[in-house]
Amino acid sequence: MTDLATYNFAYLDEQTKRMIRRAILKAIAIPGYQVPFASREMPMPYGWGTGGVQVTASIIGPEDVLKVIDQGADDTTNAVSIRAFFQKVANVAVTTHTKDATIIQTRHRIPEQKLAEGQILVYQVPIPEPLRFLEPRETETRKMHALEEYGLMHVKLYEDIAHNGRISKTYAYPVKVAGRYVMDPSPTPKFDNPKMHLSEALQLFGAGREKRIYAVPPYTEVVSLDFEDYPFEIQKFEQPCALCGAEGVYLDEVVLDDKGGRMFVCSDTDHCEERREHGHAGAMLAPSKEAAE
Amino acid sequence: MTDTPLLKVSGVSKFYGSRIGCKGVSFDLWPGEVLAIVGESGSGKTTLLNCLSTRLIPTTGSVEYRMRDGNFRDLYHMGEAERRFLMRTDWGFVHQNPVDGLRMTVSAGANVGERLMAIGDRHYGKIRETASDWLARVEISTDRIDDQPRAFSGGMRQRLQIARNLVTHPRLVFMDEPTGGLDVSVQARLLDLVRGLVNDLGLSAIVVTHDLAVARLLSHRMMVMKDGHVIEHGLTDRVLDDPREPYTQLLVSSILQV
Ligand SMILES: Nc1ncnc2c1ncn2[C@@H]1O[C@H](COP(=O)(O)OP(=O)(O)OP(=O)(O)O)[C@@H](O)[C@H]1O
Ligand SMILES: [Mg+2]
Ligand SMILES: [Zn+2]
Repeated sequence: MTDLATYNFAYLDEQTKRMIRRAILKAIAIPGYQVPFASREMPMPYGWGTGGVQVTASIIGPEDVLKVIDQGADDTTNAVSIRAFFQKVANVAVTTHTKDATIIQTRHRIPEQKLAEGQILVYQVPIPEPLRFLEPRETETRKMHALEEYGLMHVKLYEDIAHNGRISKTYAYPVKVAGRYVMDPSPTPKFDNPKMHLSEALQLFGAGREKRIYAVPPYTEVVSLDFEDYPFEIQKFEQPCALCGAEGVYLDEVVLDDKGGRMFVCSDTDHCEERREHGHAGAMLAPSKEAAE
Repeated sequence: MTDTPLLKVSGVSKFYGSRIGCKGVSFDLWPGEVLAIVGESGSGKTTLLNCLSTRLIPTTGSVEYRMRDGNFRDLYHMGEAERRFLMRTDWGFVHQNPVDGLRMTVSAGANVGERLMAIGDRHYGKIRETASDWLARVEISTDRIDDQPRAFSGGMRQRLQIARNLVTHPRLVFMDEPTGGLDVSVQARLLDLVRGLVNDLGLSAIVVTHDLAVARLLSHRMMVMKDGHVIEHGLTDRVLDDPREPYTQLLVSSILQV
C-alpha cells in the first residue's frame, strides 16, 4: 500500500469526489431514492464495501474522526483494513468509540449508542434494490419506484407469512422512507430498523458494484413494512449480554467449547466495553455479583 | 345497461411500419356487454385488443373510458401512473398463456392477493380470506392456496389468472384467446365459468377468439376482422345465423363443416 501516498487526499481525485458529493446531495434531497453514480475502482474487492468507502472518501475531511465496524465489531479484518486505509490516505483520527466519531462506516449494524446530530453513518450496501428479487428488470423496478407501485413488497411478506406463519425476514428488512420510497437497508438486521427512524444522524448508503447512493436525512420517518395483523417486530433476546449485562441490545452467539457451551454477547463491541468500564457486568464476568443482586 | 357507453372507440388504427395491424376501428362498448373480436390468424385481433387496453399505442384514433366518477377520459392523454392504476383496479387482462399473466413463483393466494395489496390492503387475514373465496369461485380447491401455479394444470392456471384479475371487481376485462391452449373438455368448463362470472358480476368484456363457438357462448355482440379491418359487426346471434359479408359466411360455414 506504500504507493498510495502519492494519491490525492482520501484516495479519490477531487473531480470524482465532487461527482459523488453531487449524488449524495441529490440522495439527501430525495430520501430513500437510489441515485446512480459512476462507481470507481477502489483498491479492494467489491464485497469489501467499495460503495461505502467511496462515500466516506468523498465526505471525509482532515478534522473528522472515523469509526469503522463490521457486524458490530471494530476489530474484524474488513473494519481494520478500511480504517487503516483512511488513516493512510487521509491521515484522519480514528476511534472505536461511537460517541467520539464524526463518521461511522458500517457493514451491518447501527451502533447501540444513540447517534447525535452532526454524526454521519455510512452503510456499505451489497444489494440496494428492494424490488430486485421480485422483479429482475431494472427498467420495471425504476418505473415501480417512480409510480410508487409497491404492492409487490407486500406480496413477498404475504408469502413469508403463508409459508412460515410469520414474517421471517430478519435482515435487509424493507422500509418506507419519508412516506414515499421503499428502501432496502441491507444487510442490517431488522433489530436496527427502529434506530433509523427519526435518527438525528445523517445516514448515507453506498453500493459500489450496483453504482447506487441513497440517503436518509436526519429526522426522517423510516417505517418498516408490515401487515396490520402481523406487525413489524424486532428480535428479542431471552437473556442479557453475558459480559456486560445489557438488555435490549443485539446479541451474537459465541461458542465457548465443543461440549455445547455458548454465551450471548453484545454484537456492538464498543458498547459492551464501555458498559464494562462503567462497572456493568454480565453473568460470565461477575457470577457472584449477579447472585448477590 | 345504462344509456352511456363504458368505452368509446373511434378511428383506431395501428401500423407496424407500412404493414396494417388494424385500421379505422370504431365502436362503443356498453356496461355489462361482452364483445367478441373474431377473425383468422393475422387479421389484427390482438393488435386491436392491445390498442384498446393501452398495452400498445395506436398510430391514430382515440379510446375513451368512462371512469367510476362518470367522466370520460381519453386513455392516451392520461398520465402513466393513473393508467397503470386503472389497469390493475378497474380493468382485467386475461392472457392466452397464463404464464404471461401470473407470477409463477409465488403462491396462488399471493397471486390473487397481489392487486389487493397494490391498492393498499394491509390485513393479511382479510387478504387471505378474499383470496380463498376467489379460488373457490373459480373452482380451485382452497387447500391449494399456498401452492405455486407451477404445480397447477393449464385449466387451473387459467382459472387462477381469472381470479387474480377479478379480485378488485373490475368493470372491464380484456381476454385474448382465453381458452386457446386448453383441451376441449377443459375449454368447455372454463367457458361456463367465465360466462357465469360475467353474468354474476355484470362485467363488460372484450374477448378475442378465432373460435366462433366461444363467441357464440360468451358474447352479446361480435366484430369480424379481416386484414386489419372490421368487416362485419352486429349482435352475435345475427352475425352467426345470418352473416351478411361473404367472408363471414365463409368463416361460419367452414366452422360448421368441422
Ligand atoms: N410487433 C409486430 N411487428 C410487425 N408486425 C406485426 C406485429 N404484431 C403483429 N403484426 C402484424 O399485424 C397483423 C395483425 O397481427 P395480430 O397479431 O394482431 O393478429 P391476430 O388476429 O391476433 O392473429 P392470431 O390469431 O394469429 O393471434 C399481422 O399481419 C401481423 O403480422
Ligand atoms: Mg392474436
Ligand atoms: Zn455486552
